[in-house]
Amino acid sequence: MAVALDSDSPEIRPAAGEEDRPDPRLELLVRIFGPLALLVVVVGGWELLVRINEIPPYILPGPLLVVQSLLDNWPSLWPSLLVTLRITFLALAVAVVGGVGLAVLFSLSRWIELSLFPLAVVLQVTPVVAIAPLILIYVDNITLALLICAWIVAFFPILSNTALGLASADHNLRDLFELYGASRWQQLLHLRLPSALPYFLGGLRIAGGLALIGAIVAEFAAGTGGTGSGLAFRILEAGWRLEIPRMFAALLLISLAGILIFLAFTLLQHLLLRRWHASATLRER
Amino acid sequence: MRVGVVDRPAGDRRRREEPAPAGGAPLFELRDVGKTFGSGTVALEGLDFAVGRHAFVSLLGPSGCGKSTVLRLIAGLLRPSRGRILWHRRISRGDIGFVFQEPTLMPWATVFDNVWLPLRLQGRGRREAGEEVERALAMVGLSDFARAYPRELSGGMKMRASIARALVTRPKLLLMDEPFAALDEITRFKLNNELLNLWAKENWTVVFVTHSVYESVYLSERILVMAARPGRITGEIPIPVPHPRDEAFRLSPTYTEACRRVSAELRRAMGE
Repeated sequence: MAVALDSDSPEIRPAAGEEDRPDPRLELLVRIFGPLALLVVVVGGWELLVRINEIPPYILPGPLLVVQSLLDNWPSLWPSLLVTLRITFLALAVAVVGGVGLAVLFSLSRWIELSLFPLAVVLQVTPVVAIAPLILIYVDNITLALLICAWIVAFFPILSNTALGLASADHNLRDLFELYGASRWQQLLHLRLPSALPYFLGGLRIAGGLALIGAIVAEFAAGTGGTGSGLAFRILEAGWRLEIPRMFAALLLISLAGILIFLAFTLLQHLLLRRWHASATLRER
Repeated sequence: MRVGVVDRPAGDRRRREEPAPAGGAPLFELRDVGKTFGSGTVALEGLDFAVGRHAFVSLLGPSGCGKSTVLRLIAGLLRPSRGRILWHRRISRGDIGFVFQEPTLMPWATVFDNVWLPLRLQGRGRREAGEEVERALAMVGLSDFARAYPRELSGGMKMRASIARALVTRPKLLLMDEPFAALDEITRFKLNNELLNLWAKENWTVVFVTHSVYESVYLSERILVMAARPGRITGEIPIPVPHPRDEAFRLSPTYTEACRRVSAELRRAMGE
């Protein structure tokens, strides 16, 4: 508990009791070493499998070779990662602005919601792989086309979560705002947006991963080479040259980027909600 | 504001001003008010009563009799389907305070910010409103918890914060919808006393909804007993015991007798 509260006061609940919770250090150990142990087992098994069966690297490279290849090809993979991440975050930014903006519009006007929401659903359910080639044909600028593809997959979770959050403001609080003559704008700013924050952050966590996937898929469809090409192109390129370890290295990089994005947004969620939201606070047991 | 600090003359003076709560100077009155919801449910029918200035009136009835609907009509959150509500004083924004059964605090805001809300909605900044907020917090004994978040407070303290929010605009009328129903008895008694002390000092009128016979007798000058389906007022019982009242009143024969009468009226209203 960050506020300095007099915990001796009989009317205040004590901070989550240190002694009745399971040992936090033990929990941390399990949280870190559990997945780590599993990873070691899987990766070790993979390396063993490759070595014992003498599988050639152009069919299945061992993990050590993949890491070696990642380091060897760093000069070409690193700029590509930056290109892909740039598309990912740009798309995510536009998705946040567009998704939250639309959700706010929906909350202000039932008409707009009824007419636009089905369209948003259509965008969501159409596989991006299927529309990507079309977008690449219609949009001249490749970066813009990639951005649109990544945006299409990223914006829906933000829109639908934020819309749900804006609609779920406490009814009594809404009455209270009405009683004090709050304007629509005041109600939005002081009641609906804060109520929607946990929902929005949940959507953002999903959208972060989806934006990366959208960007990669669009790059696959575009298949462009040159210096400004992303990780997907490096995978294609490695495939054409049968450089399977390099393919795996690029794949590893994509996964790592995805994990980092997820962790970053989980941290953001924790930091923004820890003071008040049930999802981020420790349960008293 | 602690129990027992109120001086008797303040209470006596008010009673002189309000000799007959139903007569005297009414703050507002309901004239043949009815409410039918869109689904066709008749929630309320033929409500006819006046509430005097500085009165403490309780609405007592079984759940589902439309007690809360009456409060919402008075607050202007609902429009009556028939009849009218007449105000004998000009009522503007902030003249009515509402306390819900649940504390209904914004979980993302500190106690200070929650109490500040009504003033903030009137366009008064944090610094400008600070003094009023501090005053309201002091009235309910929460001055030391201004920076705490609602989840860090006990049920009783959340309710105090909710009351402070209703008081921060210095309202003329306080509408309370079973505010203490979810609290334990010890806390409820304590808050009952604090509410009475505040009411004796400040000049508000209170309309208090409850389903507890004992609570309504302890607090009110006058009890309106309601029956359900359709919601209506079946009886009116004055409790002619001068304020301030304290714990001794709870043990007095007068109290027991009043509770007996109100219970009988409530049973009659429920058709037993």
